[in-house]
Amino acid sequence: MGIAMKDMEKKISELYGRDAKLSAVPEESKLNVGYKTKEKGLTEKLVREISGVKGEPEWMLKKRLESFAIFKSKPMPTWGADLSKLDLDALTAFVRPKGKENEPTKWEEVPKDIRKTFDVLGIPEAERKFLSGASAQYDSEVLYKSLRKNITELGVVFTDMDSAVKEYPELVKRYFMTRCVPAKDNKFSALHGAFWSGGSFVYVPEGVKVPSPLQIYFMMNYPGFGQMEHTLIVAEQGASVQYIEGCSAPYYTRDSLHSAVVEIFAGKGSRVRYTSIQNWSRNVYNLNTKRAIVSENAIMEWVGGTLGSGTTMLYPCSMLVGRGARAEHLTISLAGKGQVKDTGAKVLHMAPNTSSRVVSKSICRGGGLVRYRGLLHVGKGCTGVKANVRCDSIIADKISVAETVPVIDVRSSDAVIGHEAAVGRISDEQLFYLMSRGIDENEAVSLIVRGFIEPIVKELPLEYAVEMNRLVEMEMEGAVG
Amino acid sequence: MALLSLKNLKISAGDKEIIQGISLDVGEGEVHVIMGQNGSGKSTLLSALAGNPKYAVKGAALFEGKDLLTLKPHERARRGLFLAFQSPIEVPGVSLASMLRRAYAARFGDEMGAVEFDKILQAKSEAMGLARSFYSRGINDGMSGGERKMSEILQLSVLEPRLAMLDEPDSGLDVDALERVGAAIGKVRRNGMSMIIVTHYARVLRSIRADRVHVMHLGKIVASGDEKLAHKIEENGYSWVLR
Repeated sequence: MGIAMKDMEKKISELYGRDAKLSAVPEESKLNVGYKTKEKGLTEKLVREISGVKGEPEWMLKKRLESFAIFKSKPMPTWGADLSKLDLDALTAFVRPKGKENEPTKWEEVPKDIRKTFDVLGIPEAERKFLSGASAQYDSEVLYKSLRKNITELGVVFTDMDSAVKEYPELVKRYFMTRCVPAKDNKFSALHGAFWSGGSFVYVPEGVKVPSPLQIYFMMNYPGFGQMEHTLIVAEQGASVQYIEGCSAPYYTRDSLHSAVVEIFAGKGSRVRYTSIQNWSRNVYNLNTKRAIVSENAIMEWVGGTLGSGTTMLYPCSMLVGRGARAEHLTISLAGKGQVKDTGAKVLHMAPNTSSRVVSKSICRGGGLVRYRGLLHVGKGCTGVKANVRCDSIIADKISVAETVPVIDVRSSDAVIGHEAAVGRISDEQLFYLMSRGIDENEAVSLIVRGFIEPIVKELPLEYAVEMNRLVEMEMEGAVG
Repeated sequence: MALLSLKNLKISAGDKEIIQGISLDVGEGEVHVIMGQNGSGKSTLLSALAGNPKYAVKGAALFEGKDLLTLKPHERARRGLFLAFQSPIEVPGVSLASMLRRAYAARFGDEMGAVEFDKILQAKSEAMGLARSFYSRGINDGMSGGERKMSEILQLSVLEPRLAMLDEPDSGLDVDALERVGAAIGKVRRNGMSMIIVTHYARVLRSIRADRVHVMHLGKIVASGDEKLAHKIEENGYSWVLR
């Protein structure tokens, strides 16, 4: 990010050979491993090992073990995407990157091989250009983090989750997998609770407005790996913060799992924007739980692009618990060959005068499947609620599938609810019109798709908007003919 | 050699033959006006020449002496054929500027940065009395009829085709808009640019001089002449031609 975007595609192919070229698993010595858990499979012993290696306090180990018990007791979900080929026991659950032991504080202290990978993606450049703080996670742990001095002075905390456990135990105890996303929420949140590692902790004190975004970039490099980072964002009353995450991984012949949990607490009158651009390789199962508790008159915004991964199940959730709270969910989902995107949004109106808007734009091509799955709930006695859901899909060819599964559950008589859904193909008229201007068919398709997602892309910071357009264009290449 | 040469051109959509054998030569720099009642096949002719895949075309169509019919629409455009649509299509979310920049690169092989291209676009727009905000909008998105017609002419003036085909550039416009569109067409017609203008009205001839006027009926050209033919039709209707 932040690099000249026309070079992005080239850089990514240099790095990974893109999806076209499936890479063989490299030798262990080339994988930048500092430490990894010895046995595969998900056992209690492993939970203890991870906690021990991290030198965690007893209370966190206890939390992990409780989560592990819940994980064992829950069956795999049978709704949504097909997970029958996901072999959890084959995964390596914890890989500490090389160089972590030195706790780099400067970019130059990060091992060269790893630095190169992030450099190519423009990570340090982006930090210099437009971010308040930046962080980079490689496999299980954050290797680099920085926060501008003037932001630190405001009392803002932006650190990795592992450090937060030690440095801010009271805050972590209060917010970590308690009332937002408890381990028992689902099979994968329980898995996460037991094996989580890395991620971000963001704390913005009362009234503090962080002027430019905080960003973390995730790289999943180890083959057959489970990355389970935890993100916890607490914005106190009247605070405002924008948090962005991006991700990539090389395309190995071995499946990996990404099972993140994101918990956001938007205090009274605060404003939080969480943006993620997911571009995992096709061998990744991306199964996350992301949720925000939104207090009185606070605004929570989710902006997301789900472009990569083989299978994604993701339904960011806003719980509007305070009067006048508002949620915005803007998402783009793209499924190409072999991809299943079961994504959507959940909005729970649990207080009067709350409002929400969901805009979902899905694109499928090459036999991909996109399914919008949404829940809009208005609780009893919640008067003056306004909610609007719009989900549009474009099907680029005759072999791809777009489905919509919206659930609307309204228990308050005066709620004003709007719901629109449109599933369309790329129209022959639009294609002919653009082609009659000299634009070839592929480029015409990509222009039309770009126009289709524009309402969401325009909400992204410029650097991300450009990247999003590039990524979508890359994905749409060869969509026709 | 004519720029465009049609020989016994037959055009059908599905089972229906709409154009039933048209032969026509349009020379370098010539302006041809085609008139005719609704359903006579005027628009079909232009759309098929631009390469609309929904039509099957038989016969011969040569552009600069080369076969046009085997080319895809974008290849025809790159060679200098342009169709101004009667009802321009909306492409929401894609700005006219970004589309035109690509079209320009395709036509002239000149990949320009957005800033550089903006200079060209701004100059062309100003010449037509259009503000910069005009081309930063989505293509035909939420535009009035008059604005859409102006947008087509702006595209024409940027892409500088060798042959511009204008499908009813004067339909559905109020008097003021007619005036502006007419003037814009007159202005963009450069030396050497040939035109085929489909219209119901002779009024367009106030802003542009026609070399030939043709009348189409039921998929055929039934009369050809000079500008006088157009004026006569405007005064007396078509029945005398068709008799």
